[in-house]
Formats: sequence, structure tokens, C-alpha cells
Amino acid sequence: MSLTNLLKVAITAIMSNKFRSFLSMLGIIIGVAAVIIMMAIGQGSKESVRKDLSKMGVNLLTVRPGGEMRGGVRLDPSAMQTLKMADYEALKEETKLVTHISPEVTASGQVIYGAKNTMTSMYGESPEYMDIKLWDIKDGDCFTEEDVKKSSKVCVVGTTIVEELFGDKNFDAVGKVIRFKSIPFRIVGILKSKGYNSWGMDQDNVMIAPYSTVMKRISAQTYFNSIVLSALSEDLSDEAIEEISGILRRNHKIKEGGDDDFTIRSQQEWMETMSSTMDTITLILVVAAAFSLLVAGIGIMNIMLVSVTERTKEIGLRMSVGARGVDIMSQFLIESIMISLTGALLGVALGYGGSALASTFGLPSSVPLWSVGLSFAVCAFIGVFFGYVPARKAARMDPIEALRYE
Amino acid sequence: MEENRKVVIELQNVRREFRVGSEIVKALRGVSFKIHEGEFVTIMGTSGSGKSTLLNQLGCLDTPTSGEYILDGVPVRKMRRSERAVLRNRKIGFIFQNYNLLAKTTAVENVELPLMYNKAYSAKQRRQAAIEALKAVGLGDRLEHKSNQMSGGQMQRVAIARALVNNPAVILADEATGNLDTRTSFEILVLFQELHRQGRTIIFVTHNPEIAQYSSRNIMLRDGKIREDVENKNILNAAEALAALPKNQDD
Repeated sequence: MSLTNLLKVAITAIMSNKFRSFLSMLGIIIGVAAVIIMMAIGQGSKESVRKDLSKMGVNLLTVRPGGEMRGGVRLDPSAMQTLKMADYEALKEETKLVTHISPEVTASGQVIYGAKNTMTSMYGESPEYMDIKLWDIKDGDCFTEEDVKKSSKVCVVGTTIVEELFGDKNFDAVGKVIRFKSIPFRIVGILKSKGYNSWGMDQDNVMIAPYSTVMKRISAQTYFNSIVLSALSEDLSDEAIEEISGILRRNHKIKEGGDDDFTIRSQQEWMETMSSTMDTITLILVVAAAFSLLVAGIGIMNIMLVSVTERTKEIGLRMSVGARGVDIMSQFLIESIMISLTGALLGVALGYGGSALASTFGLPSSVPLWSVGLSFAVCAFIGVFFGYVPARKAARMDPIEALRYE
Repeated sequence: MEENRKVVIELQNVRREFRVGSEIVKALRGVSFKIHEGEFVTIMGTSGSGKSTLLNQLGCLDTPTSGEYILDGVPVRKMRRSERAVLRNRKIGFIFQNYNLLAKTTAVENVELPLMYNKAYSAKQRRQAAIEALKAVGLGDRLEHKSNQMSGGQMQRVAIARALVNNPAVILADEATGNLDTRTSFEILVLFQELHRQGRTIIFVTHNPEIAQYSSRNIMLRDGKIREDVENKNILNAAEALAALPKNQDD
């Protein structure tokens, strides 16, 4: 039988039992839609994480105290206090592949203005921090190197803090004095809003002050939590890391072959780690969804077996007028492929709809085109794989028995 | 007999045995005959006489345990399943007691079915041949009727058209009037006689001795053997018998 005829016969068979055909498609529809939505959300989150990370500065390098974590060995607290003023000064003086540098001291706590208060994170930085993390100032100005020298009680705040403390995020709070851990800080600048990042963290709930002020007046520490730097360019990140590493090893008097007592990470590494984590999560979700396709395939096989038995007489007739086993086989295979591919088509449509819906609920999602292709390929395979047993059963029927079947 | 005519069917000592559990059932115990082109043969016998087994042999649905069956010059016994399917498609037209039309399918589509399995026909040729076959059985005005919209007689005519459409070497009818009332049965018999007159070779398997009177030759089976094989010198005319029937029925 020619392919056109086979297709016609399959369509007739499917249409003559619309409800049942739809039910057997339903598994495929749901399975494909689930796979597509999972992939879309996976892909979408990855893209938005990338965007967020590049907003933080693609050339960003972070030096943290302590060596690479190995085998869960805990370091003693003193190992986390290795980044000192001398390191910062040496790096500032000597690096050639770095454009900006800022030491970082962090603290978190309550910030108060009048009767209002909110929890926030305090970052002690140098003014260069604004260039490293690509912050823009909306109102006022950043504090200066002079403020750092004098350990001035001044700060730059994000719009969330302005909104929480002054009731309106557009309020011009420059000049107001707020208290962080009972220390008064005068607001000198307000940051332009960056919004939420893809982890759902409010990037505007920050307070940035000179590192010296935070070190002396708040946390009373002589070491930095980290040092952040900008490499000259993204391509030069690796060279910059080597340069920084050399200076720090010399400063810390680490012998040839000794382990670093600090770790330098680039934003690129971060991105890679993030994407590989996302990939793993996506993979797990997709595998779960793919199992539903397997179940759907078994459903198709079941329906096809029933259909073959029901149509025993038709099979006998077709054989008696000259259908060969292979003709009968292809007829039922085409039918099951058609059921699963139609299911795939509807499933893809539902998947697109679902991922659009997810986007409106704030879940970043974008359907990767290859996932559509993959869905169709998998469904064609399901059609053949689960259609084979029923089709073979039909093809092997004895025409005499089949004609006599009631 | 008509020895100068072409032999369409030749059975040479055909035996067919079935194994049922540990027993061997001998359904055909050495059957031999020849059927020439243009004959209208009835094969009769009670149930258990081997009638159905013989029909399956003639229709290439089954093969002999021993002996040989030659259909239109082709030896069948050693053929594979798929080869026999092609042979059925080209050389045999089946007509069944219960019509065996495809449900929810139009008359013309039903008749097209055998040609679907013959790649030599294009869709257009197929439809043309089906329309002609339907006209030949008097259903030229019911081409697009579906099988569930037709009477028994009409359905059997569609089935006959389907058996004719591939222009077979032999038409095999299995109790073709068994499900029909007397009047419709005669209408169908008239049609068979017409096909016979046109030179078609027909084999009509039945347990009804009345039908034998309208055919040109009768073969009687009993216990898997031919008990009687006679030419019918006095063929009755089915059209006359139909006219003689009382006309007070539903129409």
C-alpha cells in the first residue's frame, strides 16, 4: 500500500474513534508539554542568571581568604583573616591588569530612621566599588577616598532602604542621617535600582559605606572579608588572576609548592558553576517528565492492542483481498505513530502556552527550539516502539481465523 | 467437458491434515479436479465434509499438506504467505456470507480496497475501476452510500463489485446468499448467472442444494473426498425463478 493510502487509512481509523484516540494521545500531550515547560524554565533561568551576572560586571574578580575547600576539612578561624590592608595596598600599587580594586567588609543588621527600621546588608568598600559592580548613583554622590581616610560616617543606600525608611522610593534622602547598629550614617548618595536578581534577591536592599568606617566602627576587625577587582578585560581574567596570586603569595610568604591561603574566582567561573547547577536541575526535571512519556507510550500500546483485536475481521478481509503482513504491519504502525505525533504537536502547543503562562507569573522561561525537535523525535520513536507489538500481532494473524472472528 | 478451454484451477490429489491435540484430523483426503475458464461450479457438502477447508485451499488462504494446487498456471503449495497474498490480490475475488464490508466506509471505497494493495493502479484508475464494477452490479447510483446505509442485498452487491474489481481469474463465493431472504437471494443469483454468461469463472460454496440447479457443474464433498462431480445439463434460469416468486412482499 502506498504511503498516502496508509495515511488515509490511519486518519480514518483515528477519526472513527475520536474520544478514544484523544485519550490515548492525552498521555503524550501532557508528557511533551511537561518536558517543554521544564526545558523552557531551565533555559529561561539560565539566560536570566547570565544576564544578572553580566550586570554585576563580567570582569569581576573576587579574592577570598582561605584555600580551596578540600574534603570538608575545616579551617581554623585565623585562616579566614589573611587578607590585610598590606595586601590591598600591594595589589593597588603593583597590578597592571586590573582597573579597579576595592577591599570588602560585610555586616548585616538593622538600619533605623526615626520610628522606622529594616534589615539590610552593609558593605564596607572603596569608592572604586561603584565601577567594579557597575552601580550608578541616582541622587547625590558616592563617598570619596577622603571619606575612607577619615573613616567618615557616610553611606550610599539602595532604593529599597529609602522606601522602607522614608515611605517612598523616589524620596530624595540625601543628607538624612540613619543609624546602622546605633552608629549614625549620613546618606550622601542613592543607588539607581537594579531590581531583583534571578535568585530572588533584592539587589537594592544594600547600604555601602567606606570600608574603614565599617571596620573600625562596626565590626572592629583588621582584616577584609574579601577584595574585589575588575580585570582589564574579560579575556585577561586568567592573566590577572595569576598576577594577583603572585603578589599575594609573596606578601603572605608562601613557599614554592605551598598551598594558597586565599582563593580567586572570576565571574566567568561563577557563570559556569551556575549554569552547570541549572543544567543538573533541568536534567532531573526533564527526566521526570520523560518518564510520563514512557507511561504514555504504554497507554498507546494498550489502546492499539485493543484496536487490533477489535478489528480482527477487518484485518482478515484486508488479507483476503491481498494485504501482505507488511501492509497490515505498516497500517498499524502508521496509526500509532500518527497518534503519538499528533499528541506531540498538541503537547508542543500546550508547552508553549504553559511556558508563556510561567513567564507571566514571573518564572523566566524561553522554549529552546531543539526541545521541540527532540519531542517530535522521541514521540516518533514512541509510536514505532510501542506500536510494534500490536502491529506485529495484527500482521501475524491467520486470515482464515481472522475472517471467522466474531 | 470443455477440454479445449483454459484450465483455471487444477487440484492434484490435495490432502490437508490438521493436528488437534495429539490427534490428526484429515480434512481433505486426496481431492483432484480441474475447473476450466467460464465454468460456474457449486461445491456442496454438509458441515464437516471438508467444504471450508477446500474453499481455503482454493482461495490460497491455506496450503495443502500434500498434493498440488495450480491456480491459473501458478503452483501454490510452496508459496510464502506474502506471495500468496499477492496472488489472491491479482487472481481471486472473494464473496463472503456476511459481506465483510468496512464499516463507515462508502461503497466505492469498499470496492477500491483490493486495488489499494496493487501499486499498478493510480488513485484515479482505482476509482474508475471501482465505479465501473459498481455499475456492473447495478449500484451505479449508490457510489457514496456508506455500508450501514444499505440493505443486505445492496451490501452483497457491493461485495460482488469488490470481487470483480481486480478482474480475477476466479470468483470464490462462500454461502453468498446465506444471509439473504429468498427474493434477494434470487436477485443475487441472477447477477451470478449474468457474470457466468459474461465468461467469468465462479466457484460457489454452499450447503443449499437448490443453488446447484443454477450452476453449470456440481461437486459434492463428503468426508474429505469428492463423492460426485457432475455437469448440470439443465441449468435453470434464476431470472425466471425470480419473476415467478409471489410479489406480495414488502415492496
